Amino acid sequence: MSASQTERGRGGFKLTQENIVFFIALLLFIGFSVLLPGFFDTSNLLSLVQNVAILGILGIGMGIVVIGRGIDLAMVATMALSTAWTVALINRGFGTGEAIGLGLAFAAAVGIIMGVLVAYVEIPAIFATLAMSTVIYGFGRLALVDLDVIYLPDNEIWLRSISNSFLGVPLPVIWFSVLAILAYLFLRFTKWGRYFYAIGDNRAAARIAGIPVRPMTVIQYLISSIIAFGAGLITASLLASVNIRVAQSTMVYDVILVVVLGGIGLSGGKGGVRNILVGTILIGILLNGMTILDMPFTMQNIVKGTVLLIAIIVDSLANPRDEQTAQQGDI
Amino acid sequence: MKKFIGRTLAALLAIGSVSTAIADQFDDGLAPSYYDTFKGKKVVFLPLAMSFDLPQVWAKAMETQGKRLGYDFSVRDPNWSSDAGAQALTTLITEKPDLLVVHNPDMQVYARLLQRAQKEGIPVIQINLKSVATTDAYVGVNWYEVGLHQAKMAVDACSPAAGKSGKIAIMQGTPTNPNNAITMTAIEDTLAQHPDIKVVSSQSADWDATKAHAVASTVIKQNPDLCAYVGLWEVMDAGVAAAIREAGKTGAIQLITNGGGQKPACDNIENGTFNGYVSYDAIGQARDLTDAIAQVLQVKAKPGSQPYGIYTPIKDISRETMRANSCWTMEDVAAAPF
Repeated sequence: MSASQTERGRGGFKLTQENIVFFIALLLFIGFSVLLPGFFDTSNLLSLVQNVAILGILGIGMGIVVIGRGIDLAMVATMALSTAWTVALINRGFGTGEAIGLGLAFAAAVGIIMGVLVAYVEIPAIFATLAMSTVIYGFGRLALVDLDVIYLPDNEIWLRSISNSFLGVPLPVIWFSVLAILAYLFLRFTKWGRYFYAIGDNRAAARIAGIPVRPMTVIQYLISSIIAFGAGLITASLLASVNIRVAQSTMVYDVILVVVLGGIGLSGGKGGVRNILVGTILIGILLNGMTILDMPFTMQNIVKGTVLLIAIIVDSLANPRDEQTAQQGDI
Repeated sequence: MKKFIGRTLAALLAIGSVSTAIADQFDDGLAPSYYDTFKGKKVVFLPLAMSFDLPQVWAKAMETQGKRLGYDFSVRDPNWSSDAGAQALTTLITEKPDLLVVHNPDMQVYARLLQRAQKEGIPVIQINLKSVATTDAYVGVNWYEVGLHQAKMAVDACSPAAGKSGKIAIMQGTPTNPNNAITMTAIEDTLAQHPDIKVVSSQSADWDATKAHAVASTVIKQNPDLCAYVGLWEVMDAGVAAAIREAGKTGAIQLITNGGGQKPACDNIENGTFNGYVSYDAIGQARDLTDAIAQVLQVKAKPGSQPYGIYTPIKDISRETMRANSCWTMEDVAAAPF
């Protein structure tokens, strides 16, 4: 990322998308706090974060893939089917540990297959994962579960407790924070983390520099699939059920929205966990405020869509196409 | 050799007795033609998707009836895609089955195709979700009635006259969906007569429990004295229930929902997750549906010329009114004599 791309503002303020989104989030936060009674309330703020915790967790998985210049459109399908299978196995009498192990193995297998398709077979990520999403759903419906909604048994106390609260803070929020810290440390300070940036920035150069580009790509999808499985378990625990129809919903676009909104460019190689947090918080504030305002469903979609559009416009102004992106192309 | 002759004789006797059984169908003036009507007929079911309880129950009932009466039964599963459903319907019109049973994704999408099928001479029965086109029969719930019952439960539970706050919230599915639109009209009509009841939130969660959870948790925190949540489908309302549980308000906030009355619903009423439940009893609907199939195939009217409806009797279930047979299981369906 060159200095000219980020330092466009005057007086030291960097006009990055992250800053702009953060500023919008701050404005909304102040506005809602003043105008909406009950918004600036500890319990409401906690529920605000809890409601976007799952989205944020998925966002971190997606963010890692996007930084490596990939995209995982199968993430929500992986989440839904691997967890649904786990819960179905528990219902069939498997032990919780065994069921979780098998679900995790399924998610990992999906990640490895996608990684191999992208890295070795060299299918563009967008097509490989889109196709995989359909395959996972179809295979899952055919072989793993026969119902859309699978209920978690009442006596499954351990699995039910992972979405309780600790000292008044909902556990999903804590899982999200822990994962964010881990992902931050991983991306900043480990060799693999740095490799992802190098690969995302310039794949060919990374390969010349001796980075094992293909295995690293497989690892990216493995990580996003495993994170998806974790997010699925938390959701299942929270709702005491899994609904596999979410695999066919637009949720994966919400995940991409969180990533792109925060400023992780789809051209790869830039951004980090902070961007995902900023994106997640803006969506959280928006959704919470609109719910308190009792805004109709269609209106909420229009607002979300407009925000995404503004983010993309700002992104293209702040990070204009240059020689490098023109040569590399988008994902 | 002795054994062989014995077996052959026994086999011949068995064949003889079967053929006599058919030949000797007691003629009460109707029975022989009744059984003849169904032989070799082709009945096709086009559901929304086969992955949830309602279509599975109806399909099982038709399969059982098909085996008993000798008609061929098959399912075309479009798996929630109205495009795939419309394509299947178009193909079916050229295949000309003897009867189509259709579960509509919304009021409009199949309407013209259903009329075309009837013009081509194929009778059509619609199940539980009726399109704007009226066909040979509609078997299913009257969504307006469901809304009236749910709204009445909410009013009874929350009336300020009984010392309650009068505040209720509504969790909608997809506003454009026919059952959503019709149920909401009923709820609004009822609440218009009860100005003391205040709707503090009426949001949509697109039939998705996760979204419902997010919305409900915010609404509950905003309205500490909320008295009841009216939800429009039990599966989505699992999310509302989770939000109520989290807020530690189980029982304090009444959750009133509706559904087909499968066992998990009664479990949820028993454990206090659902406080009021309007059941449209899918196993009863299955019986209505198989009866409608028998009727349409026997009467052989010109398709579309004599439409009729069988509106499902609904029952309100609460912990107080629940009985051992209030809900059904898939085993009940498998054992039922359709």
